[in-house]
Amino acid sequence: MLCNIQVTVNGRSYASAVEPRLLLVHYLRDVLGLTGTHIGCDTSQCGACTVLLNGKAVKSCTVFAVQADGGIILTVEGLAKDGKLHPVQEGFWEEHGLQCGFCTPGMIMASYALLQRNPNPTEAEIRHALEGNLCRCTGYQNIVRAVQWASRQMAETQPTPAPRRRAGRRSR
Amino acid sequence: MVCAPFTYHRPSSLRQAIALLQRLGEEAKVLAGGQSLIPVMKMRLAQPQHLIDLGGIQGLSYIREARGAVRIGALTTHAEVEASDLLKRRLPVLAETASLIGDMQVRNRGTIGGSVAHADPAADYPATLLALDARFKVVGPEGTRTVPASQFFPGPFTAALKPGEVVTEVQVPLPPQGSGASYQKFANKASRFAVVGVCAFISLNARGTIRSARLGVTGAADHPFRATAAEEALQGARPEERVFQRASRLVTQGVECVADVHGSAEYRAWLCQVLARRALETALARARGG
Ligand SMILES: Cc1cc2nc3c(=O)[nH]c(=O)nc-3n(C[C@H](O)[C@H](O)[C@H](O)COP(=O)(O)OP(=O)(O)OC[C@H]3O[C@@H](n4cnc5c(N)ncnc54)[C@H](O)[C@@H]3O)c2cc1C
Ligand code: FES
Ligand code: FES
Repeated sequence: MLCNIQVTVNGRSYASAVEPRLLLVHYLRDVLGLTGTHIGCDTSQCGACTVLLNGKAVKSCTVFAVQADGGIILTVEGLAKDGKLHPVQEGFWEEHGLQCGFCTPGMIMASYALLQRNPNPTEAEIRHALEGNLCRCTGYQNIVRAVQWASRQMAETQPTPAPRRRAGRRSR
Repeated sequence: MVCAPFTYHRPSSLRQAIALLQRLGEEAKVLAGGQSLIPVMKMRLAQPQHLIDLGGIQGLSYIREARGAVRIGALTTHAEVEASDLLKRRLPVLAETASLIGDMQVRNRGTIGGSVAHADPAADYPATLLALDARFKVVGPEGTRTVPASQFFPGPFTAALKPGEVVTEVQVPLPPQGSGASYQKFANKASRFAVVGVCAFISLNARGTIRSARLGVTGAADHPFRATAAEEALQGARPEERVFQRASRLVTQGVECVADVHGSAEYRAWLCQVLARRALETALARARGG
């Protein structure tokens, strides 16, 4: 039995008929062709598949596409604007936050989610937020630096007082 | 990884969900955050023919204070518990426990009702909910009942739920003045599940002796448990080093610790003792207002 779903992915609306057992990650990759979201494990542990669903970082391999019906999804493909990389993406470039790059889309989306609710995280907060993302290459040091780079960059380009006031707070 | 096929149901009320569960029986499972169920379905360790998604039911996600207890709706996510200002003020140990579950993505989807219903012997909430003497509101075909945490976890991956029953609310009594609690977890680095986790709750009376103490333990045995022998050793005693030491040694009395690749039974028993000490010391400092 197929189920009809409607989702908005990176600002575009899609309607599809899907099998209930179809995982969101397979929907994104195989149905919509958005292969930026990776699959790195079978056990819901690696975080390579991380996307934002209704503003929250989730492992898209551990959500059925039917559960996302009516939802708003952001994948790594949706971050760059007008050909310009998002500061989080730039940060991974500038600070050498990747080697093979397999974990990178998930790392970037988890980091983006963190910076949305905590624009100026401490190192400990960055590491806590990235506990669900495994990297087999970098040793994480440069990933932490990449997030710190993005945090500084975003504060400069959006000098609103609000993020500064909330700085360091862990809750949303 | 592809799950076995199933029929998806998304009822919009609890009543409909329970009727579906009753009609479909053994073949059906409810789906909450999916952070335990989907992984086991991917491995085909579970192949339910029907999934009843609770996600379409309004009003099962809340944290509020009423009649001397904090009430948490079953669909409240770990992330919501972690971030709750009410809990940080009234029951900070519960927010702390939630913050130690899995990782950010798991906490964004996983729910408190799903965690207690799944009853993983290494899950975090059970330890803290046992120590806080929580109760679970359960609704089923025969109506509503409330089950104390101390009777809710009889065995591994087994909650005291009858067929067709759904957990709808977790109720945590507000502790009296002069109380404190702490959850100490030794996590497996890869899965982040507890190898052992201990939550201690201490309530002092006006003279500074221990009015009551409760210890909830997860990960050590094949189901979470209250360390009753240790609790008895603490009751009425002065909260001193010697007393904590003796109580900590009693945590595993009469308990058969489990052994697996993450640790031997002896190692787990030792962790219980060390973590109980730390939890008791922190709980005491908090009870004294430190
Ligand atoms: C990578 C990873 C790491 C994790 N680490 C930890 C950890 O460190 N500590 C920890 O405690 N947990 C951990 N978990 C498990 C997580 O906390 C789950 O969220 C939780 O165990 C189940 O909640 P859920 O809402 O996702 O339930 P689901 O997966 O949807 O359901 C789990 C089971 O409970 C039943 N169920 C769900 N809701 C109800 C209800 N209201 N009434 C009756 N039955 C119900 C379902 O039918 C199913 O059998 C981890 C999970 C993952 C994937
Ligand atoms: S693919 Fe590894 S967590 Fe989703
Ligand atoms: S860069 Fe290779 S896994 Fe992270």
